[in-house]
Amino acid sequence: MEFTKTQINDPEIGPPKTEIGLIGWMKANLFNSPMNSLLTAMILYAIYKVIPPLFKWMFIGSVWSTSGQACNQASGACWSVVTHNFRFILFGFYPYDQQWRPTVAIGLLFILIFFSHYRRFWSKALLIVWLVGIVIMGVIMRGGFFGLPLVESTKWSGIILTLMLALFGLTAAYPLGVLLALGRRSSMPAIKTLSVVYIELIRGVPLISMLFMSSVMFPLFLPEGITINKILRAQVAIILFTAAYIAEVVRGGLQAIPKGQYEAAEALGLNYSQKMRLIVLPQALKIVIPPTVSILISAFKDTSLVVIIGLFDLMKTTQVTLSDPEWSGFSTEAYLFIAVLYFIGCFVMANFSRNLEKELKT
Amino acid sequence: MGQGQSENTPRDHQEKIPFWRDPDKLAIFYQGVALVLVLSFGYYLFYNAQANLARQHISTGFGFLGRQAGFDIGESVIAYSAADTYARALAVGLLNTLKVSLLGIVLTVILGIIVGVARLSTNWLVAKLATIYIEILQNIPVLLQLFFWYTLFHTSLPSPRQSVHPLPGVFFNNRGFYYPLPVYHPVYVWMGVAFALALITGWLLRRWAKRRQELTGRIFPVGWVTVGLAVVAPAVIWAVCGAPTQMDIPHLVGFNFVGGINFSPEFGALLLGLVLYTSAFVAEIVRSGIQAITKGQTEAAMSLGLKPGRILTLVILPQALRIIIPPLTSQMLNLIKNSSLAIAIGFPDIVAVANTTINQTGQAIEGVALIMAVYLFFSLVTSAIMNWYNKKKALVER
Repeated sequence: MEFTKTQINDPEIGPPKTEIGLIGWMKANLFNSPMNSLLTAMILYAIYKVIPPLFKWMFIGSVWSTSGQACNQASGACWSVVTHNFRFILFGFYPYDQQWRPTVAIGLLFILIFFSHYRRFWSKALLIVWLVGIVIMGVIMRGGFFGLPLVESTKWSGIILTLMLALFGLTAAYPLGVLLALGRRSSMPAIKTLSVVYIELIRGVPLISMLFMSSVMFPLFLPEGITINKILRAQVAIILFTAAYIAEVVRGGLQAIPKGQYEAAEALGLNYSQKMRLIVLPQALKIVIPPTVSILISAFKDTSLVVIIGLFDLMKTTQVTLSDPEWSGFSTEAYLFIAVLYFIGCFVMANFSRNLEKELKT
Repeated sequence: MGQGQSENTPRDHQEKIPFWRDPDKLAIFYQGVALVLVLSFGYYLFYNAQANLARQHISTGFGFLGRQAGFDIGESVIAYSAADTYARALAVGLLNTLKVSLLGIVLTVILGIIVGVARLSTNWLVAKLATIYIEILQNIPVLLQLFFWYTLFHTSLPSPRQSVHPLPGVFFNNRGFYYPLPVYHPVYVWMGVAFALALITGWLLRRWAKRRQELTGRIFPVGWVTVGLAVVAPAVIWAVCGAPTQMDIPHLVGFNFVGGINFSPEFGALLLGLVLYTSAFVAEIVRSGIQAITKGQTEAAMSLGLKPGRILTLVILPQALRIIIPPLTSQMLNLIKNSSLAIAIGFPDIVAVANTTINQTGQAIEGVALIMAVYLFFSLVTSAIMNWYNKKKALVER
């Protein structure tokens, strides 16, 4: 009895050395069974085989600011393809000496995103600031006032086009999506049928077929003599497409609001639009913020599809760069660069959405 | 619920409700307005389209389907030449879409389950690698991934004369991936029949084994017996019937390989890109499905003395499947829809063929309508099959 007591109280004797610290952690997490030990060994070997050469290729043997010919001599990656064509990849055919304007617009966007990230700034005012901000961005880019030369939207390309298609797409699709969701939940059979048919039709077809529709079919639908430029047509297709997905997300939110809320609103004598505007939608739209961010992520990724109908988004400007014989051999580097851009954008949004979901749940 | 029918209380003795405050009449009015708006907008588009088509002398209708297509298609499941009709060309595109979608779905589900389970592995390294895999592949546009694989195949694989030759009879080069194929022999048909019979026997065996287990509690190793039968029966037939071994090995003729079976770098890039991208989403679905099963289930199974593998297959997965199937279905649909990106890397799927058709005939409306009809049909069929499977799983559970 005495013996055990002294044993326990003895500060010198802790858990065995092999059960704590780095070794203990490794034992618990890497080598906790024969199978896992084998897996760990295999993965470590693969990492040893892959990472050092990759590191060498990316950094040690790489060149950063040379011409294409010099790249051929380099043993590693040719990042010059990115640094040399940096401004074309980002801004495309936007006039070279005016490219500070899209930079300002993107900066403005980042400021807005930064503030929206904090929930204490969430209010109706923020929504209005966003709408005003988007208009200001558009105005700065288009110009035609205060001595800023006019830049037609046909010249907007590169990352501007990518951001514009995604951002305007979601902004314009949102009200349409909410209307469709309300329509789908309506008790009026004609309106319900129209909404269901629209939503299911759009969700059943790929975005590319909508883009084809915009590029080859829309012109046929316009009266003689009226033409709309290609970017705007693609934008319309993306809006129509995104609206169907938003409608389904909002419908989920509407269904999650308890029936008592609807009934209480009716008991107060509110009519349909008051009931929705004042009671149901504010709660429903709050629930669906995380899935809406997911839709924004998809929209951001999906804008890359406009390459197929020949618009100059981030992907296309990269491909144009690569079609130059001087740089044609370095597609891996160029694609990796824009992959990193897309990844950062999507990853940040996805993380935000995940954290928000956790916060809203508790 | 929506339009507030609760207000519509009978008030016979009072004055009649004016029609602009009667919800029932208002509902009819609103629906009428909506229908008139949609129909007139539709008619407006139709009218413009008619006028434009007439002005540009573009014919309408699906008459073009019977005419000669006049363009070649790189790869095809069925015989096709430029002299065939548009209908046949579109069928080739449709089959190519089907081919890549079916293969893609099978591979995606397998890979997705592996990565999803790996993410929950007790091995820290495995779990972290799975997380990195998921995060990277989910957050890069699938089109970019397709371009990446496509250019990688095209630039890093050698020309046919310097083909990579990893195994006898297998050649990789920038024209495609070539594998040997056994030369046709009637024995192979019988082997197929034997294989099918083995599967049917396995199914019957399973029913019998289940009944026996319920009656006596004795377990019969159905899985191993079925696999054994499916391997042994065709092998026996093959050996008995003279064991034909003649192979159709790809060989270089001029600038290209002929013989054997091959698939193009376009197909390879498309399949790889779609499978990697979609499997990242499937992995997340599998992970959240497994995590949704409460820990008590695992602990109960452990206290019954089941091994970890059995816990997964007998306790966790049957319950997780119910949660997994609906989002999994929508990922399958996404894969089918994303296969339309084939056009960007030059694989002749239905969209690519229809696009060529549109460019040649000018009949954009019919072309786009065909594309949409095809994908809608695929979506409906996939949903129907998965709904049936979902119902079956739900029934088994109760």
